[in-house]
Amino acid sequence: MLREIRPAIVLLLGLTAITGFGYPLAMTGVAEAIMPNQAQGSLIERDGKVVGSSLIGQEFKGEEYFHGRPSATLGPDPQDSTKTVPQPYNAINSMGSNLGPTSKALIDRVKEDVEKLKAENPSMPVPIDLVTTSGSGLDPNISPEGALFQVPRIAKARKLPEDRVRQLVTDKVEGRLGGLLGEPRVNVLALNLALDAAALK
Amino acid sequence: MTMIGWIQIALYCAVVLALVKPLGGYMTSVFNGERTFLSPILRPVEAGLYWIGGVDEKREQHWLTYTVAMLLFHVVGFLGLYAIMRLQAVLPFNPAGQSAVAEDLSFNTAISFITNTNWQNYGGESTMSYLTQMLGLTVHNFLSAAAGIALAVALIRGFARSSMRTIGNFWVDITRCTLYVLLPICIVYTLFLVWQGMPQTLGAYVDATTLEGAKQTIAVGPVASQVAIKMLGTNGGGFFNANAAHPFENPTALSNFIQMISIFALGAAMTNVFGRMVGNPRQGWAILAVMGVLFIVGVAITYGAEASGTTGLNALGLTGGNMEGKELRFGIVASSLFAVITTAASCGAVNAMHDSFTAIGGMIPLINMQLGEIIVGGVGAGLYGMLLFVVLAIFVAGLMVGRTPEYVGKKIEAREVKMAMLAILVLPLMYLGWTAVAVVLPSAVASMANAGPHGFTEVLYAFTSATGNNGSAFGGLTGNTFFYNLTLASSMFVGRFFMIVPAMALAGSLAAKKSIPASAGTLPTTGGLFVGLVIGVILIIGGLTFFPALALGPIVEHLAMTASTLF
Repeated sequence: MLREIRPAIVLLLGLTAITGFGYPLAMTGVAEAIMPNQAQGSLIERDGKVVGSSLIGQEFKGEEYFHGRPSATLGPDPQDSTKTVPQPYNAINSMGSNLGPTSKALIDRVKEDVEKLKAENPSMPVPIDLVTTSGSGLDPNISPEGALFQVPRIAKARKLPEDRVRQLVTDKVEGRLGGLLGEPRVNVLALNLALDAAALK
Repeated sequence: MTMIGWIQIALYCAVVLALVKPLGGYMTSVFNGERTFLSPILRPVEAGLYWIGGVDEKREQHWLTYTVAMLLFHVVGFLGLYAIMRLQAVLPFNPAGQSAVAEDLSFNTAISFITNTNWQNYGGESTMSYLTQMLGLTVHNFLSAAAGIALAVALIRGFARSSMRTIGNFWVDITRCTLYVLLPICIVYTLFLVWQGMPQTLGAYVDATTLEGAKQTIAVGPVASQVAIKMLGTNGGGFFNANAAHPFENPTALSNFIQMISIFALGAAMTNVFGRMVGNPRQGWAILAVMGVLFIVGVAITYGAEASGTTGLNALGLTGGNMEGKELRFGIVASSLFAVITTAASCGAVNAMHDSFTAIGGMIPLINMQLGEIIVGGVGAGLYGMLLFVVLAIFVAGLMVGRTPEYVGKKIEAREVKMAMLAILVLPLMYLGWTAVAVVLPSAVASMANAGPHGFTEVLYAFTSATGNNGSAFGGLTGNTFFYNLTLASSMFVGRFFMIVPAMALAGSLAAKKSIPASAGTLPTTGGLFVGLVIGVILIIGGLTFFPALALGPIVEHLAMTASTLF
């Protein structure tokens, strides 16, 4: 049995050096060299400043922007750092709501959001993605219906024709890969950047 | 449920099936010690490791030595991993300035990663330094997977050999598995994942100024290299708290599809390795058929339940299924499919929050784990778990016809059946026992996030996942408490090693037996009758063990939900 101690230590160290050091560092080097944009987090710059990542959702509250899905992420309470408070789209603390199908808290929250959205746009049924939180709390997408639902509000706030805003949405719709994988979606940050660009013209 | 959803599921199954033979053939030659196309590069590294380690690769081990070597390797690995977490604050590669991980959390996490569970009582991006993620967690993603495969190969050798005292050399098996199987696939896989948008950097977290002028700090890191082995080795421990739901850990529908393939790839191929080594590939296909039937039934139930949505959301006029806790780019079908795959295998990565699944949709992942994760299962672990059930099924069949049961030329006798039963019974002891303890301790009950039967399911799920070395969670449960850190760690430890030791004893006793040729009285083990028999035994043993617990959790919750009762 004692003769097995030496290989246990040596192989652990050797395989650690290979898989825990050589492998991730070599992969980092190669990835940064050939795909620097993805390797660093698919960051988006506007006027030389980083405004976010194309893969990470961010919070939009203003009337003049498309809103993403509700987010269940938490952050430290500024008053008392031992407690946490809701901090939507906190990209250093990804999480879902973890509320189950019979949770009163879940149904109360969704009901409140549904009523708000119905008041904003009574002409369309409320798309479910606009009132449910995502698994990560950082979902960058909404459904095409979720974007079209918000068109009247944005057109009004920006004083743009609704058709113009609707066209921006349609241009940003991404379909299923090969017509098969994934779901049709719109990237909220990309859409809002396009909206800002359109407003400048 | 939609047609396009079912086409995605069918496509998934087709790709996994297509990989079984080529991967199985390659792995068989690796474990038979043959030269492969990678030998020119890897052989010098392999030989160098043996030379420094004093390993004589020609010397095979008795099952007891093999097991002791495996255990010693894990002891040393545990100590190293624990030390890295406790010391990470003073070690390099820590741009986010993470402090030392607490004692009980380090203990839980170290056990979690050496047992291939990767249960996470922590959020990766808010707890672990880059050094811990690479040198600690990534390493054990590789090694625990390689150990599982090595053990399965040792058990296969037990079936395949005749009158021999040895079952292989642990050091050779784990080294060859890491170098020839896991590492090469991961290198290609990592680059694919980066191409899809997964970060791979040692740079610090990024501060962005959002369009509305707020500050958003975005966690990045060496993600892709860890995720590749996390999926391929059915480990499942996320770089980020939200695991494969996090857009950086699963950026696109394609990355999701390939991640699902990689969970099953090696486990499914192991059935082919089994068939080849015992001299009849059809034996492997029969086992894969058992797994396939149970898998498809599970997918259909979960997909159906999630697509129907919950009574509460439907009553508000919302359509499109239960989207709470799911990512839009995956939708209902890819989230349901992923949940069944990750729990059928002992992966435990999640691309949607299982805690927010419907009662029935979330019950299937629970059942998958309670059956022992033998539906493809963890790499290696799934096959040896399934072979234990096969031994039992053969024994039951033998009793029915009054003959000594045999399987692939080996007589199954009292010792084999005892070892199989021991391994199978220890699992419910842990998850039912600890759940019973937890629900009567007020401090443990306080950890539940949901009230009513759903809270009970959270606790049952946690201990089931830990015992099954799965690692997925009903994530609302606050697991990072002294009680759960210790009890979950004990479940993971017992669930892994109290299954392995009897399985290795079985390997030793089978290898020592003479192989006997099949006769007219031998039950054929490659046909539909055998497949049906094994499925029956799995469901009866499993069902009788955990059905009462399910009745208290998901089943009563489903009834409450349809009656619009909220908690």
